[in-house]
Amino acid sequence: MSSVELHVHNPVEDLLRQDRIPTIWCPGCGIGTTVNSFAHALLGLGIDLKKTSIVSGIGCSGRVSGYMNLDSFHTTHGRAIPFATGLKLANPELNVIVYSGDGDLTSIGGNHLIHAARRNIDLMVVCVNNMIYAMTGGQAAATTPGTSMSTTTPYGAFEPELNMPQLVDAAGACFVARWTAFHVKQLERTMAKALNKKGFRFIEVLSPCPTYYQRKNNLGDALAAMVDYKKRSKIKNGCNTWETALLPGGDIIVGEFVDREREDYLTLMRRQLGSNYTEFPPQAEEEAERCCSEC
Amino acid sequence: MLKEIRIAGFGGQGVILSAHILGRAAALHEGGFATMTQNYGPEARGGAASAALVISDQPVLFPYVSSPDILVCMSQEAFTRFSPEMKDGGVLIVEEDLVRLDNLPKHIQVYGIPATRFAEELGKKMVLNVVMVGFFCAITKSLSHDACVAAVTDSVPERFRKLNLDAFERGYRYGLDLLVKGPMKEENGDAIALEAEL
Amino acid sequence: MHADPRCVLTGTHFINGDAACCEGALAAGARFAAGYPITPSTEIVERFAARAPKVGGLFIQMEDELASSIALQGMVWAGQKSFTVTSGPGYSLMMEHIGFAAITETPCVFVDVQRGGPSTGLPTLPAQGDMMQARFGSHGDYLTIALCPNSPQECFDLTIKAFNLAEKFRVPVMFMMDECVGHMTEKVVIPAADQIEVQPRRHASKPPSEFKLFEPGPDLVPEMAHAGEGYKVYVTGLTHDKRGYPLMNPQSQRELVTRLFDKIRRAADELTIIEAEGLDDADVVVVSYGITSRVAQRAIQMARDKGLKVGKLRLICVWPFPEKVIRDLAPKVKALVVPELNMGQVVLEVERCASGQCRVISVPHPGGTVHKPAEILAAIERGAR
Repeated sequence: MSSVELHVHNPVEDLLRQDRIPTIWCPGCGIGTTVNSFAHALLGLGIDLKKTSIVSGIGCSGRVSGYMNLDSFHTTHGRAIPFATGLKLANPELNVIVYSGDGDLTSIGGNHLIHAARRNIDLMVVCVNNMIYAMTGGQAAATTPGTSMSTTTPYGAFEPELNMPQLVDAAGACFVARWTAFHVKQLERTMAKALNKKGFRFIEVLSPCPTYYQRKNNLGDALAAMVDYKKRSKIKNGCNTWETALLPGGDIIVGEFVDREREDYLTLMRRQLGSNYTEFPPQAEEEAERCCSEC
Repeated sequence: MLKEIRIAGFGGQGVILSAHILGRAAALHEGGFATMTQNYGPEARGGAASAALVISDQPVLFPYVSSPDILVCMSQEAFTRFSPEMKDGGVLIVEEDLVRLDNLPKHIQVYGIPATRFAEELGKKMVLNVVMVGFFCAITKSLSHDACVAAVTDSVPERFRKLNLDAFERGYRYGLDLLVKGPMKEENGDAIALEAEL
Repeated sequence: MHADPRCVLTGTHFINGDAACCEGALAAGARFAAGYPITPSTEIVERFAARAPKVGGLFIQMEDELASSIALQGMVWAGQKSFTVTSGPGYSLMMEHIGFAAITETPCVFVDVQRGGPSTGLPTLPAQGDMMQARFGSHGDYLTIALCPNSPQECFDLTIKAFNLAEKFRVPVMFMMDECVGHMTEKVVIPAADQIEVQPRRHASKPPSEFKLFEPGPDLVPEMAHAGEGYKVYVTGLTHDKRGYPLMNPQSQRELVTRLFDKIRRAADELTIIEAEGLDDADVVVVSYGITSRVAQRAIQMARDKGLKVGKLRLICVWPFPEKVIRDLAPKVKALVVPELNMGQVVLEVERCASGQCRVISVPHPGGTVHKPAEILAAIERGAR
């Protein structure tokens, strides 16, 4: 019997750093699923990948930047957005995507999230929300719902949870959406839409964390989480973001909530500065390189 | 020859700019050295303001002024606070409408000028500091007239140049006249120079 | 390479150290900066905010120092030269990102206009209390370069030097001013652009297929590629291999951290930037830096007037510490006198290098003003006995 070598080319392969696979993510984790949607969105749009940078903070989702075959920046905890801000402002030609987790973007990096949205920096931010600090071993987050168990809330959490879409909407984001790891196609479409938009764009994606969140709270495995997402999700495009809070056992409101036009930071800056801003074409080659003034 | 100068008043009088102009005259137009430092208060306006200037023909090492050779006071508070620090034989210059000379230190020369009134006569109270600079230049002779004029010229915006140069000359001429009369003695109300140990 | 004349304010000026630092940054090629207001450093970025847009750059006032100290690194990886400016509490907040710049070898400049501390301390008055923080402030092991200007002229000249060293060694350079120097106004001569040497980015010389982002060159410094150039750079704060990929084991840690140290240590001679005078027959040498070096100079003159043999050693580059200079000097003198506007920081390094071969006399000062020359003179006299 002859053996047939079969290599099925996965279309997103080229967008991943093959030499970094396998990932560190646990079986059943939803982060990889979101990356798949993201890769398809990028490929579908035919975006110039050479001009595309991905920036992460720290945490499980913070590892996304390092698996993407783009210019990858794995920065410090909470500071992906300000790094991305510097990157974008110093080279406006770049498409800059921030991909990180809920703890990273909303707790330690919460202030940067607010101000980047307020300034309307031209960034797309993907926040994978697994409702817990997973990389460090299952501690409570600002997003941990209700009375969930975590390693730092051994008797159950009691702090109210953060509603991310409402926060970034209030701060001025021009695009706000939420999906779950179950909604792979919808997520891809929303990401594609957001990639094509200018200004501060924010997409929250709920992801199961079978190792910590599901286990600690007896919520079953990743499949159970998917069933739960499917059951509880209600698509409400254009929904007021104050109605999108995630409550334990309650509806998961998903969809595209905000899609508005606002001038981004650099547009506003150029207008305000007017003639005080001078284009700066690269300097001509130094005269000293030549042999004489006649050359 | 090293001279320690302090100029003090309240915020908004242009204290810092007057020190800046004198420092500029010394360092840029007379080829000497000048180091200016300033005291900052948390109040943006109205609080005490003071600038210190060290001018020398050698590079200035110690940046601060502890006992001034020349003290310019544009407020009572400045006089009360800084006049006790003056060096023996030093020169005290005051805005005479704003400073009452209580407890004057001994062994100093005092010269007064109604700089604010002059500035108002010129049409803008703001230029009282430049009137003071002109007066300073004439009285202390530590900087040349031309160097000061050049420093005033490049320290103020174009559209205020003439006004400021007029203010400078007003203070300068008043100073020269006063020198002819010499320090000392009150002369009919137009309080002029007062000598120490009065 | 020379400075771009469009960015250089050639001429003779009467400006303060903060303004001169801003002009130095522009002359060095920095057109982008991020910062957060804090006394007494703010004047630098206020001026930069007015100047940078005229040359196609910008200043962004971030929401805090954590943000500004990393935004500037984003600017650098986008291909620009960039810096941030802070004081006291803000410098403390920036520490993590100094470490990030060290491990990712991001060439950039952190300006710290030192003020009295700890905590809010004395916002408007000088100190030199951040010297050890400049060396050891971020967690983990790394080496940086720290320069200390003592005049507005040096705030200009040495800011350019700071950028050049940052580019050459691919390190964050600490520019350690103090309130006195920052707010002091003096004559500053800015030369013509073609008189100003500028170190350009050490950019990748190989095509993307052959290039490794952290492959050290002969001087242990790797070349750099930027976002958007097709190199698919991978930059991480984790311990990484030559490709930049995380590799977390004792071996890769040893390789990386050792190289980060060695690229600086090997250049010890080049980084020995001092001003020395009268060392040959000195009984006592005053070792100082920053604003204190000017006051020390006055004390030295006073001591010489009294017939004492006193030398001057001024550290322009404090980190890396000029170990050899002190080791050579210690056996030849009776005492080294170390005045500084802190309770005794750099004196610890002087003691370490003197290894008991001479007396080391600390002249501490908690800051708020500078030493009285007489205080330093008294220490010189003690040392000469």
